[in-house]
Amino acid sequence: MKEKKHVLWQLFKATFMLSAFTFGGGFVIVSLMKKKFVEELKWLDEDEMLDITAIAQSSPGPIPINASVILGYRMCGIVGSLVAILGTALPPMIIISLISYFYAQFRSNQIIATALMVMRAGVAAVIFDVVINLAKNVVATKRVLYISLMIAAFIAKVIFGIDAMILILACLAVGIADLIITLKRSKTEKKEVLKEGANI
Amino acid sequence: MSILTQLFLSFIKVGLFSVGGGYAAIPLIQNQIVDVHGLMTLSEFTDLITIAEMTPGPISINSATFVGTTLGGIGGAILCTLGCIIPSFIICLTLAHFYYKYRNFSGVQTVLSALRPAVVALIGSAGLSILLLGIFGSETAISLSSIRPIETILFVGCLYMLRKYKISAIKIIFGSGIVGTIAYFTMNLLIV
Repeated sequence: MKEKKHVLWQLFKATFMLSAFTFGGGFVIVSLMKKKFVEELKWLDEDEMLDITAIAQSSPGPIPINASVILGYRMCGIVGSLVAILGTALPPMIIISLISYFYAQFRSNQIIATALMVMRAGVAAVIFDVVINLAKNVVATKRVLYISLMIAAFIAKVIFGIDAMILILACLAVGIADLIITLKRSKTEKKEVLKEGANI
Repeated sequence: MSILTQLFLSFIKVGLFSVGGGYAAIPLIQNQIVDVHGLMTLSEFTDLITIAEMTPGPISINSATFVGTTLGGIGGAILCTLGCIIPSFIICLTLAHFYYKYRNFSGVQTVLSALRPAVVALIGSAGLSILLLGIFGSETAISLSSIRPIETILFVGCLYMLRKYKISAIKIIFGSGIVGTIAYFTMNLLIV
């Protein structure tokens, strides 16, 4: 019981902090979550985090909220989900409620504008750090299929601007095809083994 | 129907039909708030998007809170945010349930393994967009003359610190904001 309370508190603290510092889109918070939950807290393995990202991206609604729901569910069931949502939703709610009263001043403040602009360099560095680790692991699988899927998806997104959802669906199709081929192959192998056994 | 009920239903629609992250939600929110219900003018809405982009957190939550606060105080903010979250909660909870039930089957693993490289590529492309925006000030107008030295040094420095010393991401982002702002203002002082 005490253990569960501790996990819930950690979950709330982590999602709250991540949400408070996430500028610029769903994939930023996913990179931060990977660093926090996979590398620091070691609650999830890397593959799991990537799966969660794929599900969060393909479901309707804000990606950070979607990822929090799944993460929270994984740690403490529905209660965990609710706690993670609260942690993710509170910081923007607090900040925006405060700002909505004096947003004209906020928008024209030089220091805030500069800080927000330069912070992008730090955010980009964090994402690159995470991506370097992730890409290394894809290469480490030594499967040509996975490495070429990664390169193809990157080119498709960056150069041709193909929608993330379509890319995920396309890779899902490749995965299913891969599964069917593997299953067929193992079937014929079994048959061959049986045949050889009969010949002897 | 009271304004708050209208807002609540509008944001449920936004939550339900915005697939693919924050920017996909903007036209939907605009449609609901400006076009259908006329709760805000277009210029108020443009201000809202500027603020939502300048502050941390998901754009749809930011907009929900902003619209809610302006039209119905704190209660309005909570109601709009709830509307925005409820569809996510139900759909993702269902998906999470099935994912954890079946993810250890080897067939499911084979399919998911093909998905993961694509997710890595998508995160990488998001990183690249932010890097280009940071270093050149635009994702499309890329030229040698538009390189911003402060952001470039910050990026290289931050990446080096992350790789070498495993500093937490939040410290890096916050630190880059402080160091970069100080650098900009000292440079302005020196030039003037």
